[in-house]
Amino acid sequence: MAHDTTFADAHSEHEHHELPTVFGFWVYLMTDCIIFGSLFAVFAVLHNQFNGGPTGKELFELSGLAMETALLLISSITYGFGMIAAHKGEIKSVMMWLAVTFLLGLGFVFLELKEFAHMIAEGAGPDRSAFLSAFFTLVSTHGLHVSCGLIWIVTLIVQLAGTTAISERMMNKLTMLSLFWHFLDIVWICVFTYVYLASMI
Amino acid sequence: MSNDHSAHSESGHGGAGAYAIGFVLAVILTAASFMIVMGHSLSPSGTLMAISVLAAIQVVVHLIFFLHMNTTAEAKWNNNVFFFTLMFVAIFIIGTMFIMTNTAEHMMSR
Repeated sequence: MAHDTTFADAHSEHEHHELPTVFGFWVYLMTDCIIFGSLFAVFAVLHNQFNGGPTGKELFELSGLAMETALLLISSITYGFGMIAAHKGEIKSVMMWLAVTFLLGLGFVFLELKEFAHMIAEGAGPDRSAFLSAFFTLVSTHGLHVSCGLIWIVTLIVQLAGTTAISERMMNKLTMLSLFWHFLDIVWICVFTYVYLASMI
Repeated sequence: MSNDHSAHSESGHGGAGAYAIGFVLAVILTAASFMIVMGHSLSPSGTLMAISVLAAIQVVVHLIFFLHMNTTAEAKWNNNVFFFTLMFVAIFIIGTMFIMTNTAEHMMSR
């Protein structure tokens, strides 16, 4: 594991102490993980309760799903580039990468809403069957988190706009949003695997 | 402050290299999942097994390269909370599926 040695070297020459805030935010993310775990459990129980309505195989489209997945995955690495720029203290670059991440995230939410609207128009709304109730609850909870992340990104861009240096406090805010954004990408891995792909087998 | 950060830039937070490795691995794993499902070459249970394994690997890749989880002493409490949550969620999901399947069988509802 090459990265382990890099981390060890880096820590021996400079100790970076994260404020307890970041640990607190990590604990919040873990509770969020429990929310998603519960919703996945609900979906697992109800995923074949169609009540004569449409099945996942009939409803889901691979091309749209691949597009959503690509947008979220690329937004993860663009946020990563933003963090690297932040560690170098390049504010302009941080703002640029945050803006790119925002646009990719916005594209994701847009595609998801389009998919939902299409399904509801076809009569496959959350009230059609237990499977669709579980589907909409799980996927829209994730979408809501992404939307909150988008608001958070805009907030940080605005806060960064007037500054000339990145303070320790701002660094912690960026680190927490980084954890949040990458965490949502992990949840999406489970969503596209167990909700979409598993329904299309 | 900004100079302070540049002094230890790319340390312990993963540099461009770590992000690039993580991204390439994530793309390969995601593409593999999609291709397995589109190809219909495996049996249904085999396909589910394969995409589950790929998803599990990808989650670990994201945790290491994007969330920078590591085994340093500093990260000890983060890891403790993480593994507690993982255990909790596993018991919760597996337990729910076990009980609900069992109930459904006894009620003869499927």
